[in-house]
Amino acid sequence: MGPGGFSLVPLESGPPQFGVSAFESRPLFPSRAWLDSGGQETVWTDIWLTNHIAQAVIAAGLVIGFWLFVSRRSQVVPGKRQFVGEYLYELVRNGVARSIIGLEYRRYLPYLLALFSFILINNLFGQFFLFMFPTFSKIGFAWGLAAASWILYNGVGIKRYGLIKYLSKMTLPQGVPKPLLILVAPLEFISNFLVRPLTLGLRLFANLFAGHLVIMVFVVGGSWLLWSTKSSSPDYSPIWNVAGGLSILMSFAVFAIELLVGCLQAYIFTVLTAQYVSSSLSEEH
Amino acid sequence: MYPLESDSPLGPLLPEHISELVVGLILFALIWFIMAKKVVPTFERTYQQRDDAIRGGIERAERAQSEAETALAQYNAQLAQAEQEASQIRDQARASSAQAQAEARRRAEAEADRILAGARTQLEADRTHAMTELRGQIGGLATDLAGKILGEVLTEDERARRTVDRFIADLETTSPKA
Repeated sequence: MGPGGFSLVPLESGPPQFGVSAFESRPLFPSRAWLDSGGQETVWTDIWLTNHIAQAVIAAGLVIGFWLFVSRRSQVVPGKRQFVGEYLYELVRNGVARSIIGLEYRRYLPYLLALFSFILINNLFGQFFLFMFPTFSKIGFAWGLAAASWILYNGVGIKRYGLIKYLSKMTLPQGVPKPLLILVAPLEFISNFLVRPLTLGLRLFANLFAGHLVIMVFVVGGSWLLWSTKSSSPDYSPIWNVAGGLSILMSFAVFAIELLVGCLQAYIFTVLTAQYVSSSLSEEH
Repeated sequence: MYPLESDSPLGPLLPEHISELVVGLILFALIWFIMAKKVVPTFERTYQQRDDAIRGGIERAERAQSEAETALAQYNAQLAQAEQEASQIRDQARASSAQAQAEARRRAEAEADRILAGARTQLEADRTHAMTELRGQIGGLATDLAGKILGEVLTEDERARRTVDRFIADLETTSPKA
């Protein structure tokens, strides 16, 4: 592509990095002079100190700070600060934990609360300044939380029923004719132990990844259409600029949808985790 | 390396760096820990206190209400008792007043009877006295009259009648009052 041309696929244009390459983590300390590695091979700071790791750390700090702030000097008659905290707290406590898990909700409430707020704030990072990138569109973070939920609901079930009883409970549903169990048991096993964590992680990742990708297409593509088409170039047509403007406008709508999706995915991840815990604890499956 | 054109057959489904997974889990564990140790206990303690405050308030209100009800019942009982006593007193007063009235009337009647009897006795005595006196005087007067009659000529009815009249007039002026 020449300087007068444009490309809808920024991957082709190489650096400077826009578009899909935004999903690639960048080291926080790219100069690496102080590590004396010559800047050629990958060193640990390229992996452990990246912009996405940093934004996850900041998200965790914000979550912890927020909850400590709203629960500080908690009083029987709440003020504004405490009221906001209680509103969000009760959303998870009553709306998710108590209504799904039931009587034992108190034990799992910290986990669900941590899950919901951590995912939510990371998803909101996709729409807000400073980051403009949803952390969970890096699949490693999504797999991490999916693994944590997988360990939690299986651990809870094994602790309650013992390994053998738990496995039979989860794979041999009651009321199924014996011959059918040959078919049903493997399906149940796959569904409960493999599909659950995979879908949990994939759903979160794919929603945010795809959402951010769509935003990228509209924003980067739109700006490309607006700026990279010089009126002096031979293949110029005003329709490109019009399309670019429309594309930028459209990106606002996509941002709004992504805001909704981000909140929804945080909620869904939490609800499903509560659901899995509840199914592990329930007497009959 | 771009995430969409990775060497792995799983493509973008594998983490770009293992650090994402590890750091994500560590951060999540940290948040979980703080939620479990600090945030959730604080909220739950507040809810507990609020619950206690509301429940305590309701209990206090219930106690106050039962006390009020007891007091009301007590008051009503006292009122009924007082009313009963009042009506009793009224009845007694009515009875005693009727008695007093009857007593007064009886006494008055007795007094009246006594006065009447006294008057009668007096009257009788007066009459007797008058009669005695009159009888004594009538004797004299009769003699007097006879003398006068005899002293005059009784030829005319007119004269005779005048004499009698004069006699009677004399009688009236001289006789004592009954």
